[in-house]
Amino acid sequence: MLSYAVFSGITLGGMYALVAMGLTLQYGVSRIMNLAYGELVIVASFAAFVLMTSAGINPVIGLLIFIPASFALNWAIYRILLSPLVARAKNRGMLEVDSILATFGLLFIVQGILLVWFGGNYYSYDFMNGAVDVFGAAIAANRLVALGFALVFGLGFYLVLTRTRMGTALRAVAVDPQSARLVAIDVNFAACFAFALGGAMAAVGGVLVSMFLTFSTSMGVAFTMKALIVVIMGGVGNMLGALVAGLILGIAEALVATYIDPGLTIAVTYVIFLLVLLIKPSGLFGRTVS
Amino acid sequence: MINCILKPDFIKPVFLGAVIFAALAFLPSLVDSYYMSLAISIVSFAVLATAWSMFSGPTRYISLATVVFFGIGAYTVAVLGEVLPFPVVLVCAALAGTMLALLVGFSTLRLAGVYFVIFTFGLTELVRQVVSWYEVNVTREMGRYIFLDITQNDIYWQLLTLFAVLLLTGFILGRSRLGFALRIIGEDETVARHCGINVTRVKVALFVLSAVFMTLTGAIMAPRWTYIDPVIAFNPMLSFQVVIMALLGGPRRLLGPLLGVIPLTLLFEVLTANFPNHFSIMLGVTFMVIVYLLPGGVIGLYEKYRTPQKASPSNGHSKTEEKTA
Repeated sequence: MLSYAVFSGITLGGMYALVAMGLTLQYGVSRIMNLAYGELVIVASFAAFVLMTSAGINPVIGLLIFIPASFALNWAIYRILLSPLVARAKNRGMLEVDSILATFGLLFIVQGILLVWFGGNYYSYDFMNGAVDVFGAAIAANRLVALGFALVFGLGFYLVLTRTRMGTALRAVAVDPQSARLVAIDVNFAACFAFALGGAMAAVGGVLVSMFLTFSTSMGVAFTMKALIVVIMGGVGNMLGALVAGLILGIAEALVATYIDPGLTIAVTYVIFLLVLLIKPSGLFGRTVS
Repeated sequence: MINCILKPDFIKPVFLGAVIFAALAFLPSLVDSYYMSLAISIVSFAVLATAWSMFSGPTRYISLATVVFFGIGAYTVAVLGEVLPFPVVLVCAALAGTMLALLVGFSTLRLAGVYFVIFTFGLTELVRQVVSWYEVNVTREMGRYIFLDITQNDIYWQLLTLFAVLLLTGFILGRSRLGFALRIIGEDETVARHCGINVTRVKVALFVLSAVFMTLTGAIMAPRWTYIDPVIAFNPMLSFQVVIMALLGGPRRLLGPLLGVIPLTLLFEVLTANFPNHFSIMLGVTFMVIVYLLPGGVIGLYEKYRTPQKASPSNGHSKTEEKTA
């Protein structure tokens, strides 16, 4: 029971961490507070569902299509919808307010489209449902696959950000957009790239989650919320922090769902969020914000 | 405070307002029940959008949790409506709203605005889940019935009174020290702190005030439904509608939101009747259009063309002064 709860907490937490990494990139580098982020996660889940049930293509292969597609989609969202806001904002606070409002509108549009197509029901599909024995607990193979991919993508993402030229540029923009311009970094391009990359991470998260969880059109808000909490808890822009915070959230949620009541998972998220706000609002590993 | 109330520039608008509200109170004897229900929608959204703007307008802290307070008001009526007399129920609702607003305010408003937005963004989901959990596990009934002896006209008059009180509160606030402090915070929080304003306390006070009006709206509207469950009472669409209306009208003026409420309530009426399935999409598109094309709302547009010199960014102080003028 306990090992099952912990393991499912780790898979769930791994997903949260992965999804939050994308969001921390969008918020940290592009300075866009994206409230529609969770909707894009759910869109990817539904895309994987459609591909699996109608074309029989399994979601792992589907990722090859979804990653570039979501990258392009988010690139377009940034270029068409968000860059006018970036251009008109006089300071960071104004961009934050504008981006919150614009993505809040986007949230309802995406959710509305999903509702028209899929209705309010819960969906799931069969993919590698066989049980695997892990330390005495029977774990569905799809969870292991999802966790494995989350690790690969998370690690790859981390390496891209810390080891490549592009990643270094992104981190420089996150630290100080004004100074980044002085060392010949194209800040607008970096912001757009970071937004698109973050969106691609959301899609990966959505596809992996759909392998082992049931999902519905109204789940986007919960994903956004959890990703935001993980981002704040780990410290904005901090990848390692996102990983630790995601795991804490996932395990806490799984333990409460197993031992107390599955109906209280959002309450757990909020209790953790409140604790972070009261004790250390700059995040577990965050520097104090001036 | 007292001597400012006796000035003619205070008495004149209040007198005018009183006359208009007195005239509006006769509406039920003029129109049929369809238009009455439309009028109730307009007045309830007017209260919600004005209350929202009272806090979010000057501070620019976007609250996405209007429906949480609205729903708590409605639930208070559902739980206590048949036990206590209605005025006492309203007091209980206001207290419940105050408690929650204090909790949210003190945990987030001492931090940067974005924490507040995030907290309110997920709050609807949290409250809905907790109420559902309570109903499933403790009362074992998912929905509740509200049978109270309150007619549509009673609801209208109550809402109208609430709106009048809200406008008067906002009007007095606009010329009080608290309102002035709030506008300074909205312009620059650091400056406000250096002026000796207790920034957190002012923000929390205003947030609680605005939340109380939202809770009361929910409580007054509850008898209209007869049946409520967590999904009906805590529908995030309502928070969204209120933000759209306030932004269309212009949240930085007392009567600004009203300019957004009237056209949008009529638009929502048309949309729900003709495109029930695409309502959310249409609403999202309307909202985006407002955010992109009318950042200052209708009032902002009007001011821009009436007095172009005031739009210059270097003259930031005139904005705070003209509101009191």
